[in-house]
Amino acid sequence: MLSVTLRHRFAGFTLDVGFDAPEGLTALFGHSGSGKTTVVNAVAGLLRPDFACITDGDTVLTDSRRGIFLPPHRRGIGYVFQDARLFPHLTVRQNLLFGHWFTGRGQKAQLSRVVDMLGIGALLPRRPAALSGGERQRVALGRAILSHPRMLLMDEPLASLDQPRKDEILPYLERLRDEVGLPILYVTHSPAEVARLATTIVLMDRGRVLASGPAAQVMSDPATAPRLGLADTGAILTAQIKGQDADGLTWLSTPAGPLFLPQVAAPIGRSLRLRILAQDVMIATVPPQGISALNIIPATVRDLTHADGGVLVRLDVGGQAILSRITARSARVLDLQPGKPVHAVLKAVSVAPGTIGLSAG
Amino acid sequence: MADWLTPEAWQAVRLSLKVSLWATLASLPLGILAAYALARWRFPGHGLLNGLVHLPLVLPPVVTGYLLLLTFGRRGWIGQWLDQIGIVLAFRWTGAALAAAIMAFPLMVRAIRLSVEAVDPRLEQAASTLGASRPWVFLTVTLPLILPGILAGAILAFAKAMGEFGATITFVSNIPGQTQTVPSAIYAFLQAPGGETAAARLVLAAIAVALGALFLSEWLSRLVARRIGGA
Repeated sequence: MLSVTLRHRFAGFTLDVGFDAPEGLTALFGHSGSGKTTVVNAVAGLLRPDFACITDGDTVLTDSRRGIFLPPHRRGIGYVFQDARLFPHLTVRQNLLFGHWFTGRGQKAQLSRVVDMLGIGALLPRRPAALSGGERQRVALGRAILSHPRMLLMDEPLASLDQPRKDEILPYLERLRDEVGLPILYVTHSPAEVARLATTIVLMDRGRVLASGPAAQVMSDPATAPRLGLADTGAILTAQIKGQDADGLTWLSTPAGPLFLPQVAAPIGRSLRLRILAQDVMIATVPPQGISALNIIPATVRDLTHADGGVLVRLDVGGQAILSRITARSARVLDLQPGKPVHAVLKAVSVAPGTIGLSAG
Repeated sequence: MADWLTPEAWQAVRLSLKVSLWATLASLPLGILAAYALARWRFPGHGLLNGLVHLPLVLPPVVTGYLLLLTFGRRGWIGQWLDQIGIVLAFRWTGAALAAAIMAFPLMVRAIRLSVEAVDPRLEQAASTLGASRPWVFLTVTLPLILPGILAGAILAFAKAMGEFGATITFVSNIPGQTQTVPSAIYAFLQAPGGETAAARLVLAAIAVALGALFLSEWLSRLVARRIGGA
């Protein structure tokens, strides 16, 4: 587990953060200028903070008190930059093997495995100048993996790409998280990427950590969820595919009960992460009838938080939490109180396919 | 063809090529180091080093030659010491090479420094996260990327060395077969009555060498550019 404590002063800006990043993908989320990249650079050893204690398990990477600062090349930490940073004088193949050559770890045979996983076999003899943005980013990813790092840092690896290119790379990131099992520290300001990829979230704002913890918890916490953007506020629910109905609906089982979604192209038994936006969840105090929404889940009100003229209601559904955003008047009329049993109404279409991520089954 | 130039003139051409080649090759590692240090490192004395490197560019060449004589002459404070281990520079072709190297050094460093500044330090950072130590980052990333600048600097320095006159003649004089380079020979021919023809032919030879160096540099830099940036 990566453990980070650091303080660093810039002109007119002080960074003061502390968090833990367990196995899986830890998303460092925050607006531009909140200090995310500085944190990642300090972990990589590219920046020497005023004060820092950064450890990975038993390995001390930086410890200001004991005067320890491991240089970047001895940290064994792969870094995927926003701007790929491929070496222009080397071919794709030479770029991929660059780290292998220095660390001497791993087998060269792994090259073909990684090349297959990233689908970059046809690019090997080319030079970076001849690659598209998405191809460059995949090569950069492969280059970092092939240096056999103890962990991966990614600084907005998708930010410079358009949506089709993002969609091209996201599945590889999921495979990396689930199949390779490499701990990943992932910087982003995109709620969609957080929802799809993160297992742990560290929420940053102006050089401070506002909240950190398991993704499902941080995303369903009314105190922190709005920080991800009001329109994007929503909870994560884990689900498993139970069946495909003839009329084009997929039947999923969740801790909250069965859910129906427009066809999900995944085999039966597969685990999914569903993202349920707060604005797509309605609340009814009695089981609604004669309604087009297919998914009506029994729930209990856990708490209410007033935010931006509305109310964010956290609902307990079979041990997991989802959020619902309603008006203050509705909350009053329905007399919503913590502990009150209600029904959460989700429209079947509210779980967009783009936000469905396959998680470790 | 061979008798187109007098034996004395041929000797001057051969000596000039030898002096310039040695001056360039021997100063190249130091030139790369100085250019890299000036472009990348911040240290006390940065401005001083920069001034020192550029001094031969702004000093009258005769002054540079005289200062060389004072330091590297047989009784100079470095020359004395070199004399004891059997190295004599004053009035030898090696001294001509030293004078040419020092006069050409600012040009070489400027060209290389520009190319170092053009290398994105973030590429070097990327290399370090992939396990390359500082010297390896330099050898595998920086050096290949500044190769065009190194070639340009070397050829510029070579051309400058070929034409060096003032510092050379002050430091090592004008001894045929020993220290008489092409410019010194042209000067000597022009001093003697009836030497205009020989001088003119030597001028043509100098132009030919200069143009050759220019074409070589163009060709090399295009070759390198294709290797580095090309598809």
